[in-house]
Amino acid sequence: MQRLDYLKETPSQTAGPYVHIGLAPGAAGFDIYERELGWDIAGPNARGERIRVEGVVIDGTGSPIKDVMLEAWQANSDGIHAHPEHPGEVEEGFRGWGRVITDFETGEWGFDTVKPGPVPGRNGTMMAPHINLWIVARGINLGLNTRLYFNDEAEANANDPVLNLIEWERRRQTLIAHRVERDGHALYRFDIKVQGEDETVFFDI
Amino acid sequence: MKPGEFYQRDRRWHPPALDRDYKTSVTRSPHYAPISLENSLSEITGPVFGHGDIDPMDNDLILNYAKPGESPIGERIIVHGRVLDENARPVPNTLVEIWQANAGGRYRHKKDTYLAPIDPNFGGCGRVLTDEDGYYFFRTVKPGAYPWRNWVNDWRPAHIHLSVFGSGFAQRLITQMYFEGDPLIETCPIVNTIPDKAAIGQLIAPLDRNATIPLDSIAYKFDIVLRGRRSTLFENRLEGN
Repeated sequence: MQRLDYLKETPSQTAGPYVHIGLAPGAAGFDIYERELGWDIAGPNARGERIRVEGVVIDGTGSPIKDVMLEAWQANSDGIHAHPEHPGEVEEGFRGWGRVITDFETGEWGFDTVKPGPVPGRNGTMMAPHINLWIVARGINLGLNTRLYFNDEAEANANDPVLNLIEWERRRQTLIAHRVERDGHALYRFDIKVQGEDETVFFDI
Repeated sequence: MKPGEFYQRDRRWHPPALDRDYKTSVTRSPHYAPISLENSLSEITGPVFGHGDIDPMDNDLILNYAKPGESPIGERIIVHGRVLDENARPVPNTLVEIWQANAGGRYRHKKDTYLAPIDPNFGGCGRVLTDEDGYYFFRTVKPGAYPWRNWVNDWRPAHIHLSVFGSGFAQRLITQMYFEGDPLIETCPIVNTIPDKAAIGQLIAPLDRNATIPLDSIAYKFDIVLRGRRSTLFENRLEGN
């Protein structure tokens, strides 16, 4: 029989406890790069509502994970990703990608962005506004993919083809961030449980 | 033909979430199976970087943190290779970031308290964009082995951490590169989270004498493979019509 000549994907290894040295050296405690990447997700010219997202990543014992790093990937308020394969234009300076580091003492993290718009899904569907998240840390052997949805988008969420893939309706709730106002600004709370009761839904993408 | 979805990730080639011999994974591994999600625009797209994002010196760890006229202690090495996809096509203009311990096995990190000293001339991180052939290189010093708290007497083999993007968020990957001939590789609980010996071999960089710079630096070759993509089958209705 002939052989298929595909290569195999390089296997993953944990990011370890010192991921900050490479990806956020300021958080590791030193200043080296002219520009650290990933601190400004939306940029100064982004249209739409300015929001903040905060949360904590919780392990199987119920404790916050203090050395986690998250990356966010999202569309702009028109539902366009800053990528050549997504037709449409984004505002100058809108990247839609960011890095999020936890506080080493509390495990709390947060980021500022704009609320994304709905994005075309597969087969003519429309996906509710969402932010893709990728989570790495010591003890996580392959980065975890999940999505954040917004609780003030109930109708769009009810029709979202990805949320509806989750057989257990109760588990869909783990992907919904909850809006509160703080000092007149929109804040969404999104806690992620990697293991245990109400474990967050992760996706094999 | 429009490139489409990424090939399914072979989860048996990657380490499982839970491996009891790597103790930290026990409470940080999801119990439920991940939900399989066919790629949408949110997974096919991903951040794009350009030369305005980084400095040309960022890939030289011998110089990027050293005081003028000084350099870090350690074996001077070059790590070079290509970023390819599973179709063996180069992945151009993609961001590769690395971080590592110094030659004594100590990280420049406020949470690392290992007794080996910090090297005043070594930061321990670098980054570069691949060229049009997917090629990249770094200049650095070979990192040292160091002990870690897993079993009482565990030592990490010398390694360099790598982070790679590709063109879509579904290709995002973090891994570690090891060095040919290191006897600590075989017993490392983190290396051995990978079940397949051939997959482990994919993380071990061979000495590349042809790429050494005589009287200067020794070279190791490390190719990185990201998920490949279908060329067809997905163009229908991707944009929602």
